[in-house]
Amino acid sequence: MAAARSSVVDLADLRARKGADITGQIFLGLLLISVALAFAMVGAVFWDVLVEAWDIISTRLWDFVRSPSSSDPAKAGVAQGIRGSLLIAGIVMLTFPIGIAGAIYLEEYADDTWATRLIQVTVRNLAGVPSIVYGLLGLAVFVQGLRGLTGGSSVVAAGITLAVLVLPVVVITSAEAVRAVPGSMREGAYGLGATQWEVIRSQVIPAAMPGILTGTVLAIARALGEAAPLLVIGAAGFYTTGNNDFLEQLQGAFTALPMNIANFSRLPAQTWRGHAAAASVVLLAMVFMINLVAIIARARITKKLGR
Amino acid sequence: MHMTESETRPDISLAADLRVSPDDAPVAPDVFTVRNLNVFYGDLRAVSDVDIDVREREITALIGPSGCGKSTVLRCFNRMNDLIDIARVEGSVLYQGIDLYDPQVDPVAVRRRIGMVFQKPNPFPKSIYDNVAYGPKVAGQKGNLDEVVERSLRSAGLWEEVKDRLKSSALGMSGGQQQRLCIARAIAVNPDVLLMDEPCSALDPIATGRIEELMKEIQNEYTIVIVTHNMQQAARVSDRTAFFTAELDEGTGQRRGKLVELDDTGTIFSNPADERTEAYVTGRFG
Ligand SMILES: Nc1ncnc2c1ncn2[C@@H]1O[C@H](COP(=O)(O)OP(=O)(O)OP(=O)(O)O)[C@@H](O)[C@H]1O
Ligand SMILES: [Mg+2]
Repeated sequence: MAAARSSVVDLADLRARKGADITGQIFLGLLLISVALAFAMVGAVFWDVLVEAWDIISTRLWDFVRSPSSSDPAKAGVAQGIRGSLLIAGIVMLTFPIGIAGAIYLEEYADDTWATRLIQVTVRNLAGVPSIVYGLLGLAVFVQGLRGLTGGSSVVAAGITLAVLVLPVVVITSAEAVRAVPGSMREGAYGLGATQWEVIRSQVIPAAMPGILTGTVLAIARALGEAAPLLVIGAAGFYTTGNNDFLEQLQGAFTALPMNIANFSRLPAQTWRGHAAAASVVLLAMVFMINLVAIIARARITKKLGR
Repeated sequence: MHMTESETRPDISLAADLRVSPDDAPVAPDVFTVRNLNVFYGDLRAVSDVDIDVREREITALIGPSGCGKSTVLRCFNRMNDLIDIARVEGSVLYQGIDLYDPQVDPVAVRRRIGMVFQKPNPFPKSIYDNVAYGPKVAGQKGNLDEVVERSLRSAGLWEEVKDRLKSSALGMSGGQQQRLCIARAIAVNPDVLLMDEPCSALDPIATGRIEELMKEIQNEYTIVIVTHNMQQAARVSDRTAFFTAELDEGTGQRRGKLVELDDTGTIFSNPADERTEAYVTGRFG
């Protein structure tokens, strides 16, 4: 049959045309250059920070993370900042269920009315509001308005303010993750007689969990790195009281790692060499560890879902 | 929306008790009686004035060209259209004499009796075991579900293939196995009726053959309504066939689905009453 046809094929016919995909190659090249640049910049920052911090890291890292603020460069540490940042992270995390629940409500329950759309647009816009504005909000509402609850310029006020700051991010990423759950999966569950709540609990939330986790990690990383709102709220760069019982830690004077960094970098560089860099390394390590936990959690869930 | 405006409307859970008793019943009483069914998606009237009877323990095939509303009609049988915001259903869909669209009827309860298998296999991203056990679990069945799982997988002809890897993910199965798993999953809640929307369209001929065999095997336990684009399949498996077509409505310029005729499969394929049916089944149209 095939022999009956007399078309002769030359190897040359099947060769790639010369320069056929030249634009594609150029595009690929540009992509690779951009990726390399991105890595190079991140690498340079890390390297720079590490080099500057090396004096402290190599000689008194343990002492540095365990010591409170001090006017003696050889003794000063970031223990209070670490504590403040951890407490803030904890308070921010407590509010994540609110953001996730809001996202699920918007995606699964709310009818598509103008009110719903208004809320969605507002949430998106809130995610783009500069953090200093949230600082002003925190100062007015959580520091002054709710002084009785927060104790004024406290870690509680800071935690709530930063929670409000990152909540839009949590809502947006969670809503996107929920929306990405295929409709066929929902239909499958509905078709077996599951109620809406059962579909959401047993199908939608597990399938959206990896995406939700990614969003929460981004949110925590952002909350940990913000200095501007803390500045407005009145975090201390340097303090000696407020280290005693837990309630005082929550409601008294406080600081956080970004404040430590800002404070160190304002001090004369001759005597305060590397303190800001070392505090940055500590902050980076903290964010990195949170990322690690989330990656492990996500891998576990993904494996459980069999994908 | 309702056929009769009776004072006391029976609850859906009484449906089984309402079945006509064997003594005075015809050989195959109707499971579904559809009258004047109109379904709208927003302004679009997707199907208009459809009347269908589906008999118990029979396989009823819905055929017709793409877009004529077969899936739409099928999804009215277990109120799946409720999940589409813009969909609106008018007319009556009686299931054993009860209007499924009666306000007192809970769609969740309906779907436990009237299961559905979809065009694309859609196993849950869980283990094979958990896929089958899902329905019984949400139906409130407690305790050990091993027996239900095994029985359902056996009915779906899947047990021998998967009995050693019940705990592994269903997503690792072949397409044909996944579709049989979806059938097993639907059977596990012990429904009355199985609705199947082009269940074999993503499968190769061998996998299709197995599913057709399976349908034949379970036919004496379940009433089956199947949508198919495969004419031979309709001819092979179904007892009765409904032919739908899409007609251009002069007034609105929209294409609406209509039922052309419903008859014994043999008649539809060899001696249909309507020439449009003949044109379609002989391949001259569609
Ligand atoms: N969710 C929806 N929203 C809006 N219109 C829809 C929706 N689903 C179906 N339709 C419209 O309703 C009509 C009937 O669609 P349906 O899916 O029931 O056809 P079908 O006979 O199953 O077609 P196919 O053989 O291609 O599956 C089509 O015109 C389709 O565009
Ligand atoms: Mg269809």
